Amino acid sequence: MLVSEQDVLKQDIAAWVKHYGKDRCYLIPILQEIHRKYHQCSEFAMQVVADELDIHPVEVYSVVSFYSFLSHDTHGKYVVRLCRTISCDMAGKDQIANQLVSDLGVDFGETTPDGKFTLEWTNCLGACDQGPAMLVNETLYVGLTPEKVHEILETCRRTFGVYALQNKEGHA
Amino acid sequence: MIKSYHEPLTFDQIKAGEGLKAALKMTRSEVIKAISDSGMRGRGGAGFPTGVKWNLCAAAAAPEKFVVCNADEGEPGTFKDRVLLAEYSDKVFEGMTIAGYAIGAKEGIIYLRAEYMYLRAELEAALAKRREDKLLGDKIKGAKEFSFDIRIQMGSGAYVCGEETALIESLEGHRGEPRNRPPFPVDTGFKGCPTSVNNVETFAWATCILAKGPKWFKELGTEKSAGLKLFSVSGDCDQPGIYEFPMGITVADLLVAVGGEGAKAVQIGGASGHCVPYWEFDRKICFEDVATGGSIIVFDFDRDMLEVAMNFMEFFCEESCGQCTPCRDGNSAILEGLEMLEEGVCSQSYLKELCELGETMQLASKCGLGQSSPNAFLSIVKNFKDELLGRGE
Repeated sequence: MLVSEQDVLKQDIAAWVKHYGKDRCYLIPILQEIHRKYHQCSEFAMQVVADELDIHPVEVYSVVSFYSFLSHDTHGKYVVRLCRTISCDMAGKDQIANQLVSDLGVDFGETTPDGKFTLEWTNCLGACDQGPAMLVNETLYVGLTPEKVHEILETCRRTFGVYALQNKEGHA
Repeated sequence: MIKSYHEPLTFDQIKAGEGLKAALKMTRSEVIKAISDSGMRGRGGAGFPTGVKWNLCAAAAAPEKFVVCNADEGEPGTFKDRVLLAEYSDKVFEGMTIAGYAIGAKEGIIYLRAEYMYLRAELEAALAKRREDKLLGDKIKGAKEFSFDIRIQMGSGAYVCGEETALIESLEGHRGEPRNRPPFPVDTGFKGCPTSVNNVETFAWATCILAKGPKWFKELGTEKSAGLKLFSVSGDCDQPGIYEFPMGITVADLLVAVGGEGAKAVQIGGASGHCVPYWEFDRKICFEDVATGGSIIVFDFDRDMLEVAMNFMEFFCEESCGQCTPCRDGNSAILEGLEMLEEGVCSQSYLKELCELGETMQLASKCGLGQSSPNAFLSIVKNFKDELLGRGE
């Protein structure tokens, strides 16, 4: 049977709503689950969540647009968030930022054309004693140097495309 | 990667379960009295007396009450909660359980900031272990008919959710916009029930106070700021990290301990705190002088204070929830003014007007974010005006 992508999304949302409970209090955890799997909260997803929780879709949109870790736009498979707050700034975040822009070929706020990386600024990551710091999805990297940035991005790149295939076939 | 402290902390001396065991031997009101007697004030920065908060919450008549742990540590320069949750999560859970017992709550919620997602797996494992050991869940060991459990809910990247009413809004699945107070959360909090929202560090100290007695805590620190405090030190010093000092330590003494002598200024209390210049380093860090949630950022003489102020104001422009006008428009007006200073096109009378705007924001903003966001700007203008003026090509 042919199952459309929207049907899968609908089933996923129904399962998450069942898991957390049909309660407005769990709106954010449900949206976080959607974001983790689909790298965005699309208009369709927001409508489905609204129907499931019996609230107006505008309510869902108002929440998605408020929080910086939820987004209406598509994000890459890896979201790189570099801390720009004072301690990381003093520890040399500008150099790291330039290197990230060079290595990824996109500016802050953009996603690479292959949809794998999104580069973003973030505020204090709570790693001020070990800056510069950045998050790649949920992993924290501290004490960054331009060279380390390359290694970190390579680690990500090894999980998809031809590299991942090589790993699977045992050629890596 | 996560560990970062220099001396063994007091938390190392307390055995797991010790604080809770002591608490369960007392009546509820005795526990609250112990916390009140210790003189502890909230460790998040605002400094509301913890005993008073718990007492108000305990006195409220309601079928359901909640304990909320504010782990939305977003203040620039603060990372003590990260270390506490990574290394001493048991002390935090135990403090929450004690609070639950004291106020009569059955459920505790940890609101963990999205940036600390990497801590979650270990925290869940630690919670499961406590359930296994009967320190959480149905009928807690050593108590008659006291059940309490803790769940973790993740934030989603909003600094303002560290404000307790915004945090509750977020827990309820809304935008993190602060509510009008009163009613206070101790009366009308999560789901409209009495809720005690305390900082991560407050819970950890509550455990120590119950284990070691309120007198031990009260004797440390100053008269109005009792006890010990964790400090998150970063910036231009030899040994950044977590330090434990009694309240009331002078800025100068702290700088010696962290290897930051020769600093030009120290930002105390993060972006929403005050910038203390080198000629005022004899000031004390406590609620009666310069208050802090623990953030200490050291600036040496090479730092451009205008850039520092701009970094802070960019932060607030980004993080203002946009609900009230003084904060939403005030922060961006100040940032624009700083950019004019950088270009050398800001007149002194305009700078004076901006300072007046800052004072208006302190008075007219709805929540702590807007009320404290001009602090850094105002103290930098006051102390380093010569450095800011007369720029340009």
